[in-house]
Amino acid sequence: MAKAKRIIWTVIKYFTLVLGAFISVLPVVVCVITAFKTPEEYASTNVMTMPQNWTYFTNFIEAWKQANMLLAFRNSLIILVCVLIGSILTGTMLAYVLNRFDFVGNGLIRNLFLFASLLPGIAMQVTVYQIMYTLGWINSLPGYIVLMCGTDVMSIYIFIQFFENLPTSLDESAIMEGCTYFGVFFRILLPLLKPAIITVMILKGVGTYNEYYTANLYLQDKNRYVTVATSLFKFTGPLGNQYNYICAGVIITMVPALIIFILCQKQIYSGLAQGAVKG
Amino acid sequence: MAREKSSFIRWIQSGKVNKRLCMITFMLFPLTLLVVFTYIPFLKMFQFSFYEMKYIGDREFVGWENYLEVFTREDCFQALKLSLYYIVASFIQLALALWFASILSFKTRGGGIFKGFMFFPYLVCGIAVGFIFKFFYTRGFVLDTILQWIGFNLDNLPYWLRDRSVNNISLAASSIWRYMGQNMVLFIGAIMSVDSTLYEAAAIDGANGWAKFRYIIFPSIKTIIVLNMILAISGSLSVFEPPYVITGGSFGTGTYFVVMNELAHESQKVGLASAMAIVLLGLIFIATMIQKFVEAYFLGTNGKEAIRYVRKQKKIEAQHAAQAAKGGR
Repeated sequence: MAKAKRIIWTVIKYFTLVLGAFISVLPVVVCVITAFKTPEEYASTNVMTMPQNWTYFTNFIEAWKQANMLLAFRNSLIILVCVLIGSILTGTMLAYVLNRFDFVGNGLIRNLFLFASLLPGIAMQVTVYQIMYTLGWINSLPGYIVLMCGTDVMSIYIFIQFFENLPTSLDESAIMEGCTYFGVFFRILLPLLKPAIITVMILKGVGTYNEYYTANLYLQDKNRYVTVATSLFKFTGPLGNQYNYICAGVIITMVPALIIFILCQKQIYSGLAQGAVKG
Repeated sequence: MAREKSSFIRWIQSGKVNKRLCMITFMLFPLTLLVVFTYIPFLKMFQFSFYEMKYIGDREFVGWENYLEVFTREDCFQALKLSLYYIVASFIQLALALWFASILSFKTRGGGIFKGFMFFPYLVCGIAVGFIFKFFYTRGFVLDTILQWIGFNLDNLPYWLRDRSVNNISLAASSIWRYMGQNMVLFIGAIMSVDSTLYEAAAIDGANGWAKFRYIIFPSIKTIIVLNMILAISGSLSVFEPPYVITGGSFGTGTYFVVMNELAHESQKVGLASAMAIVLLGLIFIATMIQKFVEAYFLGTNGKEAIRYVRKQKKIEAQHAAQAAKGGR
């Protein structure tokens, strides 16, 4: 009896797992299948039919050219590197001050950031747009980068949490030996923050790479400031039904994310879990 | 000159000055960003909501008219009704995530692969998700083919993205597809942080799967579940991406924010859009207050005991006291 129960349980367990995994990959797999079909094949066969030739790369080449992917990847890389450096520096510096120094307004600043996290980003863009316009930062990579550096609360919390576990005696002994506060931060604490920095890099990196809405809004000149996420926008127009090209484009944008995912699975999982505890 | 300089440097390096300088330089950039991109826009939003205006050009003060319009226009406040679909979807999503997380937290053959497959959709960028699902739901394409395999007749199947009776469900389902894995990973993290000796003890006592879930897993991740349920509500009020990237808000799928985005950036009715934003901020604020209360009541925050628990304790204490008094007599 107990054995029968166990077998049923195991069957249910694996059945749901397989079903879940199947549904998760199906939409993407169909895209891969379609991306390898010739236009004639695409028009004449069912979407679930396998392509005749798995080495037919013309769709990818065409999508790469049509969507100006080379420029898109270059822009995305520039944005990613700058935003990561910028937001990690500002995030760690702010967390350092908030955690290590006791001053009037410390609590207030924490609450200001907390309250800011309640405001939904999309709603804010109604008026942020006007500010970006006034600053002349529409269609400007540096402007967009500064906007994206805008400190998000989650990373500040991750850093503050991490600082709490670094003993203050470290700072104090360094100060005694004549080190400045800047020195303490850059020479002693920053290197110790590495695990937290990696976590934030992953979370912020995924967010920045995938950001579509604000990139579309502030980098409107698609000929010059296209990013990987917005490059697909090209396919919404007259190409809207050519799914063999579109799917190829979609796959191209997914490849970097897939590689990063396979390489840093563990860090991504633990980073997300860490962010959730306080976020 | 050299001496002056060195005394200046010494002054800079002296404890107090150095501390101040460090604080100011370190906070200058983050706080400027916060003010420029959060608080100034926030205040401007209040201001704009009382005007009829475009981004450029004249503006006219109209008082509360924009707010009136938000509540009376067909496409504004009505759009909030669509949130119900997404609230239901997010509860289904949490339930699924919890189910898979409880399975995958224990030894499972191929667990890592299942986890990876289910998590990956979270890393796909928004517009790619849009194309993937446009393709998925197109008449006669992926979903229809699969349903035909199972035995459905194509003529009886609805147009998944056009038919007003199902299209919001289709969109909400795509949102489950995208975010379930992320929820699952969060739950796995929470379950893993439970002291593993508890499970070992339970196994020795012969506890079955359900007992393990009911008495060990559930209590230890209650907090994060409640938190996610409430986040789901405020998240559902502000749903934006699924309709924005898949249908563009057509065929009655335009959620509140999709309507707002269109008003602001296409029709350039900035005042009305601002009023919409303020109204929703109010709703989210209320939802958050409720969240804080629920948290304090059931779970306790900042090291304080949960209010419910404190009351229970007090009751028990009172009972003990009463019994003691009785016994004493």
